[in-house]
Amino acid sequence: MSRKLLDLWVGFFVLLGFAALLFLALRVGNLSSANFAETYQLTAKFDNIGGLKVRGPVKSAGVVVGRVTEIRFSPETYEAVTTLTIDGRYHFPKDTFASILTAGLLGEQYIGLDAGGEEKMLKDGDVVAKTQSAVVLEKLISQFMFNKASDTPDKQ
Amino acid sequence: MIALIRGTGHRVNNGLQRLGFAARFFVMILIYSGQSFRRIHLTIREIYFAGFQSLLIILVSGLFIGMVLGMQGYETLQRYGSSEALGVLVALSLTRELGPVVAALLFASRAGSSITAEIGLMKATEQLTAMDMMAVNPIARVVAPRFWGGVISMPLLAALFSAIGVFGGYLVGVVLIGVDEGAFWSQMQGSVDFRFDIWNGVVKSFVFGVAVSLIAVFEGYDAVPTAEGVSSSIKRTVVYSALAILALDFVLTSFMFRGL
Repeated sequence: MSRKLLDLWVGFFVLLGFAALLFLALRVGNLSSANFAETYQLTAKFDNIGGLKVRGPVKSAGVVVGRVTEIRFSPETYEAVTTLTIDGRYHFPKDTFASILTAGLLGEQYIGLDAGGEEKMLKDGDVVAKTQSAVVLEKLISQFMFNKASDTPDKQ
Repeated sequence: MIALIRGTGHRVNNGLQRLGFAARFFVMILIYSGQSFRRIHLTIREIYFAGFQSLLIILVSGLFIGMVLGMQGYETLQRYGSSEALGVLVALSLTRELGPVVAALLFASRAGSSITAEIGLMKATEQLTAMDMMAVNPIARVVAPRFWGGVISMPLLAALFSAIGVFGGYLVGVVLIGVDEGAFWSQMQGSVDFRFDIWNGVVKSFVFGVAVSLIAVFEGYDAVPTAEGVSSSIKRTVVYSALAILALDFVLTSFMFRGL
């Protein structure tokens, strides 16, 4: 086979391979949306993070605005310290409320940000002061049972 | 009894010796790669034979595996009322596992065996010795181009396999069964991460490419130079490649997707 024809077919093959990779990256994966060009970091402390995972989404009003990039345990305060990487396009007021929520009944857990009303915005490295921990199903049930038990004598 | 112990010892010794030779052979290939890249045309020729000529089998198998995944996945997912997650299932299983592994298995039996046969036959007909006599290094001239041809082709073939597999899943899931098209793609894009899922798949297929190509050229180069020897070398290429791919897959997966 002549060298030119060989080069043509190999070039075709290599380009086809890269096209497949591009298809995987853009159509199958989320390369276009997941890579925030500019980001800044926030820290939020929770008493209990439930089943939150690193890489979990940070949402505000249901829109993904960032990712959870680190989860640590603080031995001084016995709290979970999470680092959130937020898309640089979005800024949140100082009194923003961070809570751990669950998508659906048994879905993945994410951090929801509810914007407050303050003028000043959170900067890179700031701590989100107001947080609400994950709802643990067992605690919820035991609370419910406890209330039920204490309710019963009143009715009689 | 003594014969049994001796037989075991002989086998272990032999195996270790071959392993050592293979490691030295690998280093030799790397050393002579520079020399063989100066005549890049040789490598391009091997990409044509190993990569381009494997396209048909890779694409057809990828399409069918994607279609089967779509069908089986739908059957299972709809029991839990989450048939929209079909896209996620198809894409994740292809990019993470099936794409690199099945493409590598097909590549080993399609291209690996032919590389072994070619080099083994060259050895049996004393072409390699003749090259040595003419001061042409057979590793730089014959072995290294075949090795790099395989290493370069493998990730491209695996990516093509995954891509056409996702398309197959789309054909069966959306076009044939009627899963919602928007949910199919958007859920897929929501849960497939480029860095963690797709890139790790590419890394896997690269490692498989190195393993399969090394086994293929080594078995050819180390073949007993008779018709019988070449045939048993080809057999060993396919068997060892398959074992190496599956074992490496486990090791790589446990490193890559730990704690996710």
